[in-house]
Amino acid sequence: MHEVGITQSIIEIAERHARAQGASRVLSVTVAIGELSGVVADSVDFCFEACARGTFIEGARLIIDAIAGRGRCGDCRAEVALDPYTFACPACGGFALERLQGEELRITELEVE
Amino acid sequence: MCIDCGCGPHPHQHPAGHHHHEHRTLRVEEDLLAKNDRLAAANRQLFRQQGVFVLNLVSSPGSGKTSILERTLTDLRGRFRFAVLEGDQQTSNDAERIAATGVPVRQINTGAGCHLDAHMVGHGAEAFDLAASDALLIENVGNLVCPAAFDLGEDHKVAVLSVTEGEDKPLKYPAMFRAAELVLINKSDLLPYLRFDLEKCKAFARQVNPRLRIIELSCMSGAGMEEWYDWLAAGIDNKRMRKG
Repeated sequence: MHEVGITQSIIEIAERHARAQGASRVLSVTVAIGELSGVVADSVDFCFEACARGTFIEGARLIIDAIAGRGRCGDCRAEVALDPYTFACPACGGFALERLQGEELRITELEVE
Repeated sequence: MCIDCGCGPHPHQHPAGHHHHEHRTLRVEEDLLAKNDRLAAANRQLFRQQGVFVLNLVSSPGSGKTSILERTLTDLRGRFRFAVLEGDQQTSNDAERIAATGVPVRQINTGAGCHLDAHMVGHGAEAFDLAASDALLIENVGNLVCPAAFDLGEDHKVAVLSVTEGEDKPLKYPAMFRAAELVLINKSDLLPYLRFDLEKCKAFARQVNPRLRIIELSCMSGAGMEEWYDWLAAGIDNKRMRKG
């Protein structure tokens, strides 16, 4: 549900940077969304067009880089793939998983003219 | 116009720059929650300067957050000075319940919004004399999903889970239980009438967050409330010592 707020920040940040660089139009916005970030990439994609309507970003394409979750087990030190519902280390069963990658939630690039 | 957050009647007037028409790629690298995180940091700094211990209470609707607050504020009256922010989509019913205890309270209605954010809390806290408060208790919108992502500037998130819910809630909503420091398992007086497996629930919660502190209590019977008050008192003392 909070994806609308997240999408509005994408638009706000993109507009601020594009205007600061003297752009007249934004062609695309690239965002990195990690699998462990708690934000559903499909929902952001779904509401982007509606949120962008009537703003400086209207008409821009949204490109989402989905980043897979990775973690390290504090017990056996194995580096493992994580999804939001992995609690036990797939290698040893321990619960001391440290997240290394997948919590990203940021705007990375704008294509403007 | 607010200096911290830039909110005000005309926040979106920008000077018209001259436009370039060539196609360019701009590297941005800005966190999508940067604005909330910046406002949360400002809140946290203010709370530290005033030495106020701040908790963000999160749970599903109906777990008993407001009832726990009512009992806590009544039992600890005269021992600590509290202030309460109440978040709900609509109505001021909860704020009226808190006001009846004599504690200063302010209701924040999020309307369509599903969580409190640092901006709402920063302005909400303006209603209180923080220098004359020991603790600010923020009751978030009843929702186990969205509030996990939004830092308000609190010292800790406290998740409330009641035994009339499923014992597997920590597994179903792991982000919230990962973010919490303490879980209050409420309505323990109802355990004899339910099939809720308390030990299993605690084990699930610790799978998601091995560092989690868990207190079982009933704000109706009063069982377990002393342990929660001890935890709260330790937090208040600790924050007061680190004031400034």
